[in-house]
Amino acid sequence: MKEEVVIGLEVHIQLMTKAKMFCHCSTDYIGKEPNTNTCPVCLGLPGSLPVLNKKVLEFAVRTAMALNCRINQVSRFHRKNYFYPDLPKAYQISQYDLPLGVNGYMEISLPESDEKRRIGITRVHIEEDAGKLIHEGDIASSSSSLVDYNRCGIPLVEIVTEPDFRSPEEARIFLVKLRSIVQHLGVCDGNMEEGSMRCDANVSLKNAKSGALGTKAEIKNMNSFKAVKKALQFEVDRQKKLLAEGIEIIQETRHWDESKNITVSMRSKEEAHDYRYFPEPDLLPLKVDLKMTDEIRRNLPELPEARRERFIKNYQIPEYDAEILTSSKALGDFYEKATSLYSNSKVLSNWIMGELIRYLNENKVEIEDSPISPEKLVGMLKLMDEGIISGKMAKDVFEKMFKTGNGASQIVKESGITQITDEGELFKVIDKVIKENPRSVEDFNEGKEKALHYLVGQVMRYTKGRAKPDFVFDMIKQRIKK
Amino acid sequence: MTLNQLTAHEAINLIKKKRITAYEIMQDIFNQIDKVDNLIKAFLVINREEALKQAKEIDIKVKNGEKLPPLAGVTVAVKDIIATRGTETTCGSKILKGFIPPYNATVINRLKEAGAIIIGKTNMDEFAMGSSTENSAFGPTRNPWDLERVPGGSSGGSAAAVAADETIVALGTDTGGSIRQPASLCGMVGLKPTYGRVSRYGLIAYASSLDQIGPITKDVIDCALIMKVISGIDSHDSTSANLPVPDYINSCREGIEDLRIGVPQEYFIEGIDQEVKIAIERTLKLFESLGAKVEEVSLPHTEYSLPAYYLIATAEASSNLARYDGVQYGYRADNYKDLSFMYKKTRSEGFGNEVKRRIMLGTYALSSGYYDAYYLKAQKVRTLIKEDFDKAFEKYDILITPTSPTPAFKLNEKVADPLTMYLSDIYTIPVNLAGIPAISLNCGYSKSNLPIGLQIIGKHFSEETILRAAFNFEQNNEIEKKKPEISPARCKEEA
Repeated sequence: MKEEVVIGLEVHIQLMTKAKMFCHCSTDYIGKEPNTNTCPVCLGLPGSLPVLNKKVLEFAVRTAMALNCRINQVSRFHRKNYFYPDLPKAYQISQYDLPLGVNGYMEISLPESDEKRRIGITRVHIEEDAGKLIHEGDIASSSSSLVDYNRCGIPLVEIVTEPDFRSPEEARIFLVKLRSIVQHLGVCDGNMEEGSMRCDANVSLKNAKSGALGTKAEIKNMNSFKAVKKALQFEVDRQKKLLAEGIEIIQETRHWDESKNITVSMRSKEEAHDYRYFPEPDLLPLKVDLKMTDEIRRNLPELPEARRERFIKNYQIPEYDAEILTSSKALGDFYEKATSLYSNSKVLSNWIMGELIRYLNENKVEIEDSPISPEKLVGMLKLMDEGIISGKMAKDVFEKMFKTGNGASQIVKESGITQITDEGELFKVIDKVIKENPRSVEDFNEGKEKALHYLVGQVMRYTKGRAKPDFVFDMIKQRIKK
Repeated sequence: MTLNQLTAHEAINLIKKKRITAYEIMQDIFNQIDKVDNLIKAFLVINREEALKQAKEIDIKVKNGEKLPPLAGVTVAVKDIIATRGTETTCGSKILKGFIPPYNATVINRLKEAGAIIIGKTNMDEFAMGSSTENSAFGPTRNPWDLERVPGGSSGGSAAAVAADETIVALGTDTGGSIRQPASLCGMVGLKPTYGRVSRYGLIAYASSLDQIGPITKDVIDCALIMKVISGIDSHDSTSANLPVPDYINSCREGIEDLRIGVPQEYFIEGIDQEVKIAIERTLKLFESLGAKVEEVSLPHTEYSLPAYYLIATAEASSNLARYDGVQYGYRADNYKDLSFMYKKTRSEGFGNEVKRRIMLGTYALSSGYYDAYYLKAQKVRTLIKEDFDKAFEKYDILITPTSPTPAFKLNEKVADPLTMYLSDIYTIPVNLAGIPAISLNCGYSKSNLPIGLQIIGKHFSEETILRAAFNFEQNNEIEKKKPEISPARCKEEA
């Protein structure tokens, strides 16, 4: 039997407003002493009441607009009731039957094809974040747990997609683009590792022939783009295997275990909560009038798609390059800063997409924290253009720049990595090599082109790579050619 | 006469004229509390030292000729459901025993800024669920007019404290009648403001869409004085109304000629005590004699008020009270083997029977599969009830009804039968559902010397009108001015 993969995503993004959703506490909670970033409102103390931070609404409308949603002029908050120690009111203020935005979409480009796919956005709504439980050891063996409420009341936007993804890779591509969009909007930093962007997925298989939908599983706890792809692939394979063996798939919530690379069952449908949603009586209906939407629309910043087109047009780089360079706001900013200092924009994009991204990934450093700034990268490229270092040397210099954070010229000065520009000095070495390798000279004269490469290599060895290979090649050829 | 018997406006005047000091009032207040509160049991907490200190500060201001704030020297007893910074706030529940809020309710800040002195916290039905103050985890409060009888509820402690002259004024809260019914049963004045008139910030929620804070006082002018101070928009409460606060005292002094009064016929059916009925009829005659026009009106959906209320209020309560889980503050049970057991044990031991009953009812009403039939249906009924009132107010300025079908009943009389108890609020509940204001004030006494209350209902934000009607009635009636005689001899069952 042939099955089609059906995946839908639920993404939560933390909004970067200054204050929390319903109180004046800061949203800058990471690394703070537990329970110091709180007040009676976000602690849900008896008698406290929520008052909506207007910026939250603005940020959420911006997000919904960028995802091409219809903005409901009147939406409302509901209470989602459930008991858990990280939820101090025992309900989460969320949206239910009247969310802020509905019926949107995002277009994604599939790799190695010109195909674009439109992913439906079911809804975009606002809700509050919960606190965090801290267990001694792991959750199963810990004798007690502590609660940190610093994160309580951080504003979240939840984005729910239609089940439009046909592969884990499509889901990953969507998330990368979504992250870039929210970064460009300035509403979220999109850091999956730190949890400012979180993703759950519904996975099921559809019978390709009959079109019958399979039972879905909800996958949670995927904390990076890579984890999303791995977890979804695991789940697809798991379900395919079950089907092949004739075992029924049950509706359940499964947890991605990053260390074991598997999904494990958390709870089945029977254990699912009845959240007893009802309209939040402490808050008024959420009104977004046309004046407000017009204003927000007018002030929407350039989004990744438009930026990509602009990069292609203004910097004459291939679409592939532009796609990667706009995959995060900071990367695009890095590139634009560099192009303002250096005219060869393709060389820049090669270095950024090649060396820079590789070093960043290997060292798990974000582009924002890159030890090599656009200025320093351009400084190095200028040394290359001036012939002071070769392309090969530049790679060493780049590595040293990344490790030390120093500029190219300082590294060149300190380590003596420069090309030999004194021809007299170079001729001495060339003559020495010719003298030491009469056999190779003969071979060359007998038509063995390879022998010449050997001689050039010897020169490079003596000069520790500081000679210009093209120049050496020409010079040796001139001298030994009969 | 001792100074604790003064009304707020009398006390303010006498202090201003330097005839008495705030400190002297305070002494008489605490003397009275010491004398009678072991019988009445109105208070859960008394802030003696802090109150005496504040009284002295006011006296210094008077001495220095400084300008006095509007409620300088007025003592306020506060229902224990209103958060007071640094003072234990329990809602009459074991589950909040030991909870000391780190913040003040907005009304507390406003009263303090106005020079009022918070003397203590008063007893109540647990989480404001009840009509007799018998549902307090800390024992019942007794009615100063007859210690064998209940003071009403849930703000029974506040009403009894005012009636027993243990304080000049008090704050109560009203979700289905909890200010008006005890005010009526204790012979005091109690006002439930329009929903949104007074900030709910710091009012520990029972049913958020119905709860309001309001005054319980000895006369109508005091009620107007307190309303003037506590009303108005609050940036901490999204549901507080952005409307100017009128001068309620001045509006009291206008006449009521041409006032159109509707009398809802549905409120005079079975269950009403004959003495109550007669007292209201006498009241209506007096209003007519003052130039008002009195006519019967129909509020056809009245009979659905009680069921709608007990679905909406309990649904909201089931959510509002879920936070008492033993995690952050208040009571936590001992000996639990895991989280879910800790929750169950804490809540089983921490809540009383009536609270559990309402949590279960509300949880059921919101459950998937039942929501439409119960909660949603109740909301539709609520709309119909609102429309009944809207329609009546097209023709009438105020409506007059009894506050409670009977005068104060005996302790334990209705405890075993919750449905009979619920009927005590049959005249007050529709007002909360409609979100409109109403005031209760004394309109006579039964043969056994128990106060009978009259309820005046107004349209949204028409507190001025109901206060004016109440003041005109108060000034022109010929009911004997009485004080309860509080004596242990009358308390036969006191163990």
